[in-house]
Amino acid sequence: MPVVLILLTTLPLAAAVVSLLGRTRASQALTLVMGLACLGLAIALVPAAAHDSPHTGFLRADAISVVFLLGTAFLYAAAAVYSIGYLRAEEHREDFARYARRFYLGVNLFAWSMLAAPLVNGLALLWIAVEITTVVSALLVALDNTDNAAEAAWKYVLLASAGLGIGLLATIVMYYAGSTVAGQSYDLAFAPLLAAGTRLPHTAVQLAFVLAVLGFGTKVGLFPVHTWLPDAHSEAPTPVSAMLSGSLLAVSFYAVLRYYQIASGTLGASFPRTVLLVFGVLSLLLAALYLLEQRDLKRLLAYSSVEHMGILAIGIGLGAPLATAGVLLHVIVHAAAKGNAFFGAGVLVRKYRTKDVATIRSGLDTLPWTAPLFLLAILALAAMPPFGLFRSEFQIVAGGLAAAHNAVTVVLVVLVTVAFLGLSVATTRMLFTPGPRVVARGEPSAWMVAPMLAGLAVLVLLGIHPPADLADLFARGVSDLAGGGT
Amino acid sequence: MNPAVSPPGIYAGIANGLAVLLLLTEFAMLRAALLRAQVRLYAAQSLLVSILAVVVAATRHLPELYVLAGLSLALKVIVVPWLVSRMLRRTTTEIAGSGALGVASEVLVAVAVAAFGFFATSRFHISSPALPTTALGLGVAVILVAFVLMVVRRDVVSQAIGFFSLENGVSLVSLVVAAGMPLILEVAFLFDLLVAVVVFGVLMQVHHARSESLSTTHLTRLRG
Repeated sequence: MPVVLILLTTLPLAAAVVSLLGRTRASQALTLVMGLACLGLAIALVPAAAHDSPHTGFLRADAISVVFLLGTAFLYAAAAVYSIGYLRAEEHREDFARYARRFYLGVNLFAWSMLAAPLVNGLALLWIAVEITTVVSALLVALDNTDNAAEAAWKYVLLASAGLGIGLLATIVMYYAGSTVAGQSYDLAFAPLLAAGTRLPHTAVQLAFVLAVLGFGTKVGLFPVHTWLPDAHSEAPTPVSAMLSGSLLAVSFYAVLRYYQIASGTLGASFPRTVLLVFGVLSLLLAALYLLEQRDLKRLLAYSSVEHMGILAIGIGLGAPLATAGVLLHVIVHAAAKGNAFFGAGVLVRKYRTKDVATIRSGLDTLPWTAPLFLLAILALAAMPPFGLFRSEFQIVAGGLAAAHNAVTVVLVVLVTVAFLGLSVATTRMLFTPGPRVVARGEPSAWMVAPMLAGLAVLVLLGIHPPADLADLFARGVSDLAGGGT
Repeated sequence: MNPAVSPPGIYAGIANGLAVLLLLTEFAMLRAALLRAQVRLYAAQSLLVSILAVVVAATRHLPELYVLAGLSLALKVIVVPWLVSRMLRRTTTEIAGSGALGVASEVLVAVAVAAFGFFATSRFHISSPALPTTALGLGVAVILVAFVLMVVRRDVVSQAIGFFSLENGVSLVSLVVAAGMPLILEVAFLFDLLVAVVVFGVLMQVHHARSESLSTTHLTRLRG
């Protein structure tokens, strides 16, 4: 199993090196192969991580990290397929070769950093990996080189870096807390910090946890530090938007979870849970309100991501094992559903040459494949059965009620419904409202439809019957998060 | 007043003095109008951090800190300021765009924020064998003033310098509470900073190429 960890953190780098050479076809093919390989390797890790935590050197995988790996690897593979179709429409650019080289270099490095983040053993390395995801994705946001893209990239890099400055402070305070137990020189690995438990100084751990939620929360998109998120998601090239939304936010949430794990081991669960509940409910409220009046298709989906990150924070904050299992499932199904939604939105934007919700009309007549798939992705995001998000959000709500958090659970259900209203009104307008036929009927590329079909299959599978190995993985993750050690 | 409290020794005095100077350079950055002056102040501040690292290394016998001080000197005193001023030479702008507030109000806000950070930190009762905890409060104050700088300034260079100096504040905090952190991690942090600086530089150039200025006042298209 150790070899799998090493491969997962080297294959995307190999693809990045080949992309540097600038042979577009070769980069495309290799990115595709590496994406699928990483997905296969992540799936292969599932049984091992459900019972054990394989590790080698400074790499380590346990149940929680494999959950995040699955989401990231799936989107890496899906984005690799989608990009082939997406770049075809850019071929008319006079600087296409340069654009494609930068695109593939960036996408592979981005995937590499996001796969490395859940696999490194230690808070310091985790911070470094998250910081690399920031700088690489900021360049990807600026890739289209328009005024809007430059503005979005600048806001993103500045806010996310400032947030990660706070995250670095959290890392250092946690280092201090650990050094009172583990001695002056240790490497911030997870196991000793978790084993130290209540012996860590409480004030320092409290401080570190709040700083971590605020700092890494900037990258998660939690209110009030979410402001970069809609800009970056709407201006990035579509495959990158999908990766930003489905994986990057989740990977940053993974960092918050690690701090949660240590903090609840030291302080007891009630303080960290309350912090997460407050941030989660506020994020959900903000997102639900912005979703109601959103004119820009990609910003609409970006606010939907803020909504879902709020749901994740609330799910952990509720504290019930059932809700925690729901959160872990939610990470994977949200990656699949949000990937599909962005892929579909990307096709709509390509076809109609606008991101304005009011201009896109009669989508169902124009795009025979993408429009229904986009509709299903939106329904999945709204947690309709039989999709996986129905199962995960159902578990979160049922867990909340079981843990007697009735008020928070009711707020959760109401706000998710408001968000559904916003999403569905915009979607039905775009797809069903008849409008003047401005574009010819037909799909731009089969490469852009295929990953949506795969995503739909994942959503249905996880909604109807999650594989037994995955259920074991979630059970293990829940017991780890509840303080069952590593 | 507890009579058992001994007056600070030479080491604590030097360390606290350096930490105060760090905070003062942060304030100087806040009121510097010339972009080049800001870059120089950043270099001076980074130099102070390196000196402090050497002082800690010599007094507390932590030899890895010498390496860290050397790297931080090379990177933050020489490479980063050089990269930023090279970019500045290519642009014609010399004076930072006027801030969101007047200089006097900016400094007042910063004083209030710094005092809050300093006194709030003392409530956490974090003590460290490496440096007096006064330096910790000063480090937090530097970080908060750096945030004020990033918020009130309206040009890309000041905002970026604000972020870099925020990192200096974090370095000061880490010297106080995490002096023994393994060198490999410290080096990785520094390397990461270098990558971030390069990306900041690229995006500053993209911004300059698109808008013909360093100002961020017109970055208001994306909202809602």
